Amino acid sequence: MTGLKTGHYKGAAGKAAEEGGSEGKEDMSCGRMEKKIVGYVDGRLKEGERLEMEKHLSTCAVCQLRVNEFRAVNVLLEEVPMIEPSAAFDVRVWARVAAEPAKQSWWAWFAPSPRVAFAASMLVLAMMWLGSRPPEPSLNASEVETINQNMQVLENYDVISDFAPLSELPQPVQADEAGDTNQNQQM
Amino acid sequence: MLDVKAGDEQSFALLLHRYRSPLINFLYRMVRNREQAEDLAQEVFIRVYRAREDYVPSAKFTTWLFRIATNLALNSVRDNRYQRMEISLDAPVTTDAEDGDEKTLDVAEKHPNIEQHLIEEARRKMIRQAIEKLPEKQRAAVLLHKYQELDYGEISKILECSESALKSLLFRAYETLRVELAPLVAQQGK
Repeated sequence: MTGLKTGHYKGAAGKAAEEGGSEGKEDMSCGRMEKKIVGYVDGRLKEGERLEMEKHLSTCAVCQLRVNEFRAVNVLLEEVPMIEPSAAFDVRVWARVAAEPAKQSWWAWFAPSPRVAFAASMLVLAMMWLGSRPPEPSLNASEVETINQNMQVLENYDVISDFAPLSELPQPVQADEAGDTNQNQQM
Repeated sequence: MLDVKAGDEQSFALLLHRYRSPLINFLYRMVRNREQAEDLAQEVFIRVYRAREDYVPSAKFTTWLFRIATNLALNSVRDNRYQRMEISLDAPVTTDAEDGDEKTLDVAEKHPNIEQHLIEEARRKMIRQAIEKLPEKQRAAVLLHKYQELDYGEISKILECSESALKSLLFRAYETLRVELAPLVAQQGK
């Protein structure tokens, strides 16, 4: 047999090989040619390759038969009919295209959205308003002294408010109640 | 494709019109189910539409298109997602059959030479089955080579293999077809 992968081959080419006894040197040549048979059949070989193939075919009945059978296969494949796309195919494709989100370019990242633009302008306005306010008057030395004194009282407030003996003192008299008492006394 | 990239929807419509039929036929022969083939073809067109902004014309558009289609088809065949829905071409005739078998039989009843007609049907069925029996990658190679008439360079890019490997793949595929179709090949030779 030839160098072709034809372990399962039982066609006319096999018989031709047995009858022709084309063993030995031609094995190598057939093996080298096998990759080119398809190209030769469909006419896609380069000129040099085609001539080399034809030279080989003129002396090798096996490959010649193989070429003829590949040609027959090629013709048979043309008998398979084509199918037509269904009527709804285009409609479905366009529906999917319409459902595709609009693609944004990289530069679109810089384009502010309306909400971001509104928030940014509000922030600018707020900063301008704060900037336009008159500065608070500075304190003189006596005022600073008064604040410092009051601060000491405030700092002691927590201690005083939780001072247990103070809770035993009578509740301070309300202003209205004090007024009523005064009136009753006058009466 | 460059017009589609520029946002021209009319050019996308042109692409759709030009490639839908070859694409659906290629996918149908790969996955053997018409409904699934159309779903996959839709997916191919959507991917083309999505990728329009990034498209670089470094390769032929058909190479790019069929590369997407082939990858989707091979994944689909391999993961068997649609296996339950698969309609065997051997199954009894349905209205969805590939080439309208049911309709063909109706016509055949009125056909003056019904025997000849049935023989042709049987031939076509045998050829389809021989193609279906090929391993996935060999099948893709034959379909791209025979029906899309792409050159070896394009097919090898689509299948992500060398041209030399592609030639071996095609030789093995045609060799298998030759054996499977031996009775028809013999008739053809007469």
